[in-house]
Amino acid sequence: MNFAVLVFPGSNCDIDCYKAVEQTVGQPVDYVWHTATDLSKYDCIIVPGGFSYGDYLRSGAIARFAPVMAEVAKAAAAGKYVIGICNGFQILTEAGLLPGALRRNTSLKFRCHSSILRVENNKTPFTTQYEVGELIDIPIAHGEGNYYCDEATLAQLKQNNQIVFRYADNPNGSVEDIAGVCNEQGNVVGMMPHPERAVNQLLGSEDGKKMFTSILNAWREQHGAASIG
Amino acid sequence: MFKATVYVTVKQNVLDPQGVAVQGALHSMGFNEVGKVRIGKYMELEVDATNRAEAEERVRQMCEKLLANTVVEDYRFELEG
Repeated sequence: MNFAVLVFPGSNCDIDCYKAVEQTVGQPVDYVWHTATDLSKYDCIIVPGGFSYGDYLRSGAIARFAPVMAEVAKAAAAGKYVIGICNGFQILTEAGLLPGALRRNTSLKFRCHSSILRVENNKTPFTTQYEVGELIDIPIAHGEGNYYCDEATLAQLKQNNQIVFRYADNPNGSVEDIAGVCNEQGNVVGMMPHPERAVNQLLGSEDGKKMFTSILNAWREQHGAASIG
Repeated sequence: MFKATVYVTVKQNVLDPQGVAVQGALHSMGFNEVGKVRIGKYMELEVDATNRAEAEERVRQMCEKLLANTVVEDYRFELEG
């Protein structure tokens, strides 16, 4: 299974994502520069955190028009696995690949600490190894993670089971404590917390590890290969 | 050449945390007459277009696609020239 970690000018969690893939599932992984125009060899695309284009105008607003994003949209439509973490989530909402938007935290503070999430949906390819209702410890690091969507969109998210994670203790003012959502098909996930920073007890938690092993399992099931525990 | 002035603000029904903080600061300074405060963005664009209608349509597209995120923001603009 081939992983791509996208790199925009200003990305700063790309190395963490790359290492997390190496250390959790040991699959081939490449850094892919934002000017790339072919992602066809990749099965999973990780849009990492950071401050792409300095967060100018709005977080993710400019990155969303980088050449590679047309390929990401193509991959998402083809059912490949796409995950946006933190700034990656902001980029995917700006691109319209995920519903809603991320506003400034209500506290106006950059919040950088561990956070407890409740798994709401374990049917996405990224979450199959969690239990619904499971509490996991995944750190956050953002100033603009305050998830917003209008009432109609929220009703849709609930109806289609698109809320993937909720905060146990809302750190930013997000609507309905939402920490992560997926698209209708479930193959595109976005979340503000950083699972790639929670893959080893040395980092304070390894609760993020199962996101990576889930995705490898999902891919193997799709491709008729043996799954791992 | 036209000059477009674009204003982007957080939608009325969406919380504007910066506006709330500035309102609080104004109140604590004694400006109790201040009601709701909204913070927004102001942009000046030089636009090369053959006529006003074309400039207006192009700027509208720029706002829709990039300058505002219409999920959470409203925009308006003025054209000069």
